[in-house]
Amino acid sequence: MNFLSYLINGISLGSVYAIIALGYTMVYGIAKMLNFAHGDVIMIGCYVTFLAMSGQGIHPLAAVIISIVVCTLLGIAVEKIAYKPLRRATPLAVLITAIGVSYFLQNAALLLFGADTKSFSSVVTLPALKLADGALTISGTTIVTIAACIVIMVALMLFIKKTKAGQAMLAVSEDKDAAQLMGVNVNATISLTFAIGSGLAAIAGVLFCSAYPTLTPYTGSMPGIKAFTAAVFGGIGSIPGALIGGILLGIIEILGRAYISSQLSDAIVFAVLIVVLLVKPTGILGKQIHEKV
Amino acid sequence: MAKLNLKSIKKSTRDQFITIAMVIVVYIIVQILVATGSMSSLMQGLLVPMCTYSIVAIGLNLCVGYLGELSIGHAGFMCVGAFSSAFVTKLLEGTITNGIVLFLIALCAGVLMAALFGFLIGIPVLRLRGDYLAIVTLAFGEIIKNVINVLYIAKDTDGFHFAISNGNAIKLSDEGMWLINGAKGIVKIPHLSSFTAGVILILIALLIVYNLVNSRSGRAIMAIRDNRIAAESVGINITKFKLMAFTISAAIAGAGGVLYAHNLSTVTATPANFGYNMSIMILVFVVLGGMGSFRGSIIAAVLLTLLPEVLRGLADYRMLIYSIVLIAMMLFNWAPKCIEWRQKLGVKFRRNAKKEAV
Repeated sequence: MNFLSYLINGISLGSVYAIIALGYTMVYGIAKMLNFAHGDVIMIGCYVTFLAMSGQGIHPLAAVIISIVVCTLLGIAVEKIAYKPLRRATPLAVLITAIGVSYFLQNAALLLFGADTKSFSSVVTLPALKLADGALTISGTTIVTIAACIVIMVALMLFIKKTKAGQAMLAVSEDKDAAQLMGVNVNATISLTFAIGSGLAAIAGVLFCSAYPTLTPYTGSMPGIKAFTAAVFGGIGSIPGALIGGILLGIIEILGRAYISSQLSDAIVFAVLIVVLLVKPTGILGKQIHEKV
Repeated sequence: MAKLNLKSIKKSTRDQFITIAMVIVVYIIVQILVATGSMSSLMQGLLVPMCTYSIVAIGLNLCVGYLGELSIGHAGFMCVGAFSSAFVTKLLEGTITNGIVLFLIALCAGVLMAALFGFLIGIPVLRLRGDYLAIVTLAFGEIIKNVINVLYIAKDTDGFHFAISNGNAIKLSDEGMWLINGAKGIVKIPHLSSFTAGVILILIALLIVYNLVNSRSGRAIMAIRDNRIAAESVGINITKFKLMAFTISAAIAGAGGVLYAHNLSTVTATPANFGYNMSIMILVFVVLGGMGSFRGSIIAAVLLTLLPEVLRGLADYRMLIYSIVLIAMMLFNWAPKCIEWRQKLGVKFRRNAKKEAV
């Protein structure tokens, strides 16, 4: 029974990673850049929800919606100010800028919200599910997290397959210049990608903080990096890959923490990243891209 | 004008000469200030950290500026250098009483260990490029920190004791001594670092990197940075030269770690000193000083270490300013509008200069 409960916790944590990984994978697919600041958008989303809930006494659901709106705007603003001017720059310059943005968000949060740890109260009020005569308890947060992940995945796949904007995203990620020639508004599409990714980050942040209720300005960076690991694991650029990678990584982390060492769980996750990159750099569902001279 | 006199010398030699002269002049000025008592103890306390950061920045600049690969795990190599050297110092403290000899042995140990880690990590990492490489160096930095935090090594009359993640498993006799005590790190390290040692290390690091980048190997490294495929097609062994630059870069960062550890009595592997933030801070020094300019790295490291102490009110905003510096520098260098503006400004300046000349 212990193993089963670890497994469910792992899937729950993995669902959060999967939602965050979507943001990385979509942005990477379209803008060909690693948005280092994605993890810190999560943290901002958590703070907005926290302040709205505890400071203003707003209903949790409304607080989550406010946080999604704020994060979406933040994502668009970051893209317009910091990344858009660098679209033709070397990858090194873009990467350094992204690290700068990440660092900026962390330290701005540190000044705005203070360094003290806030205890985040769960937004989920669903009662825990008891199975097998109480031997296995699944918390409400876990159920909502897994359900949210499934809903988001399905919605996103439908959005990309069925809508014009989704098709435009596919076209831009395939070939930016050709898409432009076909009348796709490339700038608007990239902005839309950042907006969706950041909005999802807000949801992921709220779910993450509901499960692990300590909130500091550095809350976002670790899940951010791990979610990137998940995106790479599943194959960067692939949406189902983000789901598979995220859930596998969540399970590995929780099982590693339970059976190997709780202090080494981060090291285990990063070791997975390194092994994946060495054995199959394109990830589980990634496409092999050959470099042209 | 000094510039005219130096014009006959090769540009790279001149560059090297100016940098080394600058370090020596600053050293002499500081020594005079200390001797005459016109330097506050606060400033004196900053001298060794300044050297530490300069050395690590030189190391990282070799990786970022010449190899063209971003490493955000250099704090990890610093950590390896700091811990292995402090470990050796603690071990030999009783047998070797001469501080300089002890420091030299510790330095060798720290640098060699950092180089070894750089080499071992470099083999898998350097198969990757760009974003992947950056995130893997970050991952390695975190792993190193994590592992040191669960490492327990002690020594008593029965010999050495090792334990991983469970320090209570070690039962020490009375005269036993902890060498590495898990998250508590290494304590009571003798204070062996000094400003003089720091400056000598900077000079050695400068000599090494200048010799490297001006050699055949250095040109191969830059060729790989500029165009990997072209470099490969003219027969440059990509792996060998990348590994070479990365290992040297790690070793230099390790030397910085040695200096760091012997300046403090306690060294722990916390996110604050060997985490992501330290790696970013060093990256800011490199970017602000100019990627590829070792002199710039030293100047940036010294200025940015001094600034928050001089302007106390800014201390809270230091990290925020660092991040803005990073973004602004990249936009200034790469944004099309900024490039246009700089060209316009350049034309204007040239015109003014011409008018004055006439």
